[in-house]
Amino acid sequence: MRRRRWPLLTVLAFGYAFLYVPILLLILYSFNESRLVTVWTGFSTKWYVELFRNKQLLDAAWLSVRIAAVNATLAVVLGTLAANALVRHGTFRGRTGFELLLTAPLVMPDVIIGLSLLLLFVAMQQTIGWPDGRGFTTITIAHVTFSMAYVAVVVRARLSQMDRSLEEAAMDLGARPLRVYLAITLPLIAPALLSGWLLAFTLSLDDLVIASFVAGPGSTTLPMVIYSSVRMGVSPQINALATIIVAVVTLAVVIAGISMRRGRGA
Amino acid sequence: MPAPPPNQSRQAHRTSRLVNIGIPYLWLGLFFLLPFVIVLQISVAEPALAQPPYTALWQWIDEGLLRIEINLRNFMLVGQDDLYLSALLNSLQVAFICTLLCLLLGYPMAYAIATAPERWRIILLMLIVLPFWTSFLIRVYAWIGILKSNGLLNDLLIWSGLIDTPLAILHTNTAIYIGVVYSYLPFMILPLYANLTRLDLSLLEAAADLGCRPMRAFLRVTLPLSMAGIVAGSMLVFIPVVGEFVIPDLLGGPGSLMIGKLLWTEFFSNKDWPLASALAILLLALLVVPFVMMQRLQQRMEGSRP
Repeated sequence: MRRRRWPLLTVLAFGYAFLYVPILLLILYSFNESRLVTVWTGFSTKWYVELFRNKQLLDAAWLSVRIAAVNATLAVVLGTLAANALVRHGTFRGRTGFELLLTAPLVMPDVIIGLSLLLLFVAMQQTIGWPDGRGFTTITIAHVTFSMAYVAVVVRARLSQMDRSLEEAAMDLGARPLRVYLAITLPLIAPALLSGWLLAFTLSLDDLVIASFVAGPGSTTLPMVIYSSVRMGVSPQINALATIIVAVVTLAVVIAGISMRRGRGA
Repeated sequence: MPAPPPNQSRQAHRTSRLVNIGIPYLWLGLFFLLPFVIVLQISVAEPALAQPPYTALWQWIDEGLLRIEINLRNFMLVGQDDLYLSALLNSLQVAFICTLLCLLLGYPMAYAIATAPERWRIILLMLIVLPFWTSFLIRVYAWIGILKSNGLLNDLLIWSGLIDTPLAILHTNTAIYIGVVYSYLPFMILPLYANLTRLDLSLLEAAADLGCRPMRAFLRVTLPLSMAGIVAGSMLVFIPVVGEFVIPDLLGGPGSLMIGKLLWTEFFSNKDWPLASALAILLLALLVVPFVMMQRLQQRMEGSRP
């Protein structure tokens, strides 16, 4: 296996360069004084100042963060229930349909999910009067519907690899199933719940297409603001925003990596 | 459950079953399955100047007469107009080529990571996933500055003397290929990696011991064994890309129309909800076959797992 690794390593290096050069360029040009992306005129942080003065963008970011947090919490609850069903309840009637419904949102094109949910909300409003108008609630429901599927994948993997001897011991000692689940199972799968929550949060924060369909006139999310300014052409403010996002994500991943390593060492 | 539940917990088991299966089922049924029925219903309606902008499927006429109107205008429109047909074909072509490109780049990368020393693997894998956590929209946007005619790539090529006049890459299918491969590469690499690390390396050693050359061993042993990962990764790329909107919208041009973008335009610009619904139904019908393939494979893999 050792021989002739270099062709593989070349492809690997090319792949990583392909993934990272565009991001690095964005970061570099966020500090460019010029409005043009291709001409470097000098170091400046003025785009960051402008970004933090852009009230429309900040409002949208705040709305997106709130939706993402509510979405992630609901998605973790629903996704964990679904993972429990698949791992703990073996074969039940309708399991194939259940799995189908849980896999489809992972690959379904956004335009279909967005359009179909909008039409559902419109039809529901006409027949039962709820949801009254579209905005926070409808966007959150739409996001939970697809992100719970991702959470289910993550939690399911963890649940099926879990060592069950602790649970069995607790059962033998007479603990009730719900208590066993809350006191033993949940803490054991907590890392999966956390990564599921973060994944759902990111997916929601990132979604343009589905939110555009199910949003109302008063609810503009961050991706919608980014999209409308990107459509106008290259904008240095967006570069600055990208740099902040990359910094936050990298920090989070490094912290997660360190705490995971420490957790394993203990 | 390992041991048969004692009497007192049988009831608890039943409740747990009801909660764990029932609640997600109900949610997905209401917010994922039911909407498709409504899309189907509106795809046979007619656009109308009303709120919402389509005609009702049924109507009560007095004396208990129910009138149901099924209007196939939208599907006929799609069938007759070359615009929709060519967008449909272009979407399939783009998705197919992008899947192939992702595979060509992703397979060697996944293989290199899977065969790397253990302590490197987690870091290499993290570096694959990391871009996925940053904004998809912004990553696609990054390519506009690189690919446009006075962008960084053309500047670099002209500066190096390889070309004299800037290449027109932005607003073509090529730009879409680059954007898609860039955004969807992790979806190809992750299932491939998962598959390749489970591979039994002793089989390769056996092949080598029997005098099999590395390339032949790869083609006869590794490749067939990693077929499940290849199919899973390909479907994770192919299915969503057929209906992709953001990438063709930002990087594509008038000559590279895709069905997702067309659906968006019909809905938001032309306010033709019934036609957009018809396009969604067609797109869905197109994706059923690859989706069922993926689902079958997944179930087979679970069945074979110890």
